[in-house]
Amino acid sequence: MNRTPGILLSGQHYLEGQLLFKAELELPAGEWTCLLGRSGVGKSTILRLILGLETGGRFEGSITATDGVPLDRRIGYMAQSDLLLPWLTVLENICIGARLRGTAPDLERAQVLLDRVGLADRAGAKPAALSGGMRQRAALARTLMEDQPVVFLDEPFSALDAGTRADMQELAVEVLAGRTVLLVTHDPAEATRLADQIIVLSAAGAAPWPVPPSPPLRSLSDPETLSCQTRLLDHLRGVEA
Amino acid sequence: MRSFDIVLAVGIGLALWQGLVILTDAPHFILPSPLRVAQAMWHSRVIIAENAFVTASEVALGLLFGSLLGVATAIQLALSRTAERIMLPILVFTQAVPVFALAPVLTLWFGYGMGSKIVMAVLIIYFPVTSAFHDGLTRIDQNYRDLAQSMGAKKFQFLRQIQIPNALPSLGTGLKLAAVYAPIGAVIGEWVGASKGLGYLMLLANGRAKIDLMFASLIVLACLTVLLHIAVGLLASRLSRYAGGEVSRTR
Repeated sequence: MNRTPGILLSGQHYLEGQLLFKAELELPAGEWTCLLGRSGVGKSTILRLILGLETGGRFEGSITATDGVPLDRRIGYMAQSDLLLPWLTVLENICIGARLRGTAPDLERAQVLLDRVGLADRAGAKPAALSGGMRQRAALARTLMEDQPVVFLDEPFSALDAGTRADMQELAVEVLAGRTVLLVTHDPAEATRLADQIIVLSAAGAAPWPVPPSPPLRSLSDPETLSCQTRLLDHLRGVEA
Repeated sequence: MRSFDIVLAVGIGLALWQGLVILTDAPHFILPSPLRVAQAMWHSRVIIAENAFVTASEVALGLLFGSLLGVATAIQLALSRTAERIMLPILVFTQAVPVFALAPVLTLWFGYGMGSKIVMAVLIIYFPVTSAFHDGLTRIDQNYRDLAQSMGAKKFQFLRQIQIPNALPSLGTGLKLAAVYAPIGAVIGEWVGASKGLGYLMLLANGRAKIDLMFASLIVLACLTVLLHIAVGLLASRLSRYAGGEVSRTR
């Protein structure tokens, strides 16, 4: 893994001539930033902008890494859907990045990562034979296989049942430690539990939200965490999209 | 159970046919009875088999070349936006020309042998295969493109690793259509001008008032088409199961 950079984004984004958002935000190096906001406010757009993906709009501003090196090919990406290829085995899916670049995958490392996400004995299975939680763990292993210093998570746990989601959150925090993480989520509980920094995006801009003083992964039964989560939910219900 | 159903269906068909012969009291040179046709089939088994082999070869080669050409075109279209913009409208426009109307021209250009029939079959199936496969290649979840882009995927590798496997079920659909069209192309070609093949044999038998032989040829042609349909259907479902992750990888 290269040295971990932070990321600065500053500017405004227009969709069909209309201002979608005007924001300034910083993703501190090696920390988890959780991005919340109403649907359609542009959370995923921010993520896509930094990833360099097509957004269907126009961005005016700057996106820079704190180490001054271009962000190209330094960001791992995990989406809500696991995007495992049904015709490949779990192990082959983990290695898809290398195959897509036309290079030979490091199978040994893939096996180690599968072990790390608890799928060592499912390496030869097809995704159709896995549960939703296992599929997301495979997707996480695929993200780790890319070994990028920055990882973007676009609601990757939102389709999982509550228990599996909590397990996945813990696993993600453990295996992504030391990387700069941006998690887009709808869930105040998830953000409160995982974030070093919470940012609420609204038409008015990107505003930081105070997180409890204890370090992530926070216990949800902790009064401070509970109160933060409740206030955050109230705030989200109050702000305009 | 399945084979019993087939036997039952064939039995009912034969019974209806025989019933129609008895009911209408049609002369055998208009509507021969199933028994007469069976006798003609046995009597002329060698000549029918020879001609069936010719037609089957035309269909098989037409299917092979037409599919390869269709697959290659679809891949080319998927790789190049320019090719897609220029070629797709041309392809659609060529479909306005009824291929059957080209049969005399093809016979003129490619002769009375198997060549013109193969070209005919190729032309008929080229578009359905191209269109179905191209559709499968391009109809791909944007999320896969995003993921691949974030991984620094090469265009050709994306095609090979994701687009093509993802499009295999669509290709199967195109091939199933092709299996229905290819025999039509071959037989039309034989009608226009040939010295061999089941279509030729049917015309010949008709001209000599051997209606039972004509029916026998027709039945063999139908059986060939059904067999082809079944074979291609099996292939298509195999492609679908592979893309869906149900069969073990063979590589």
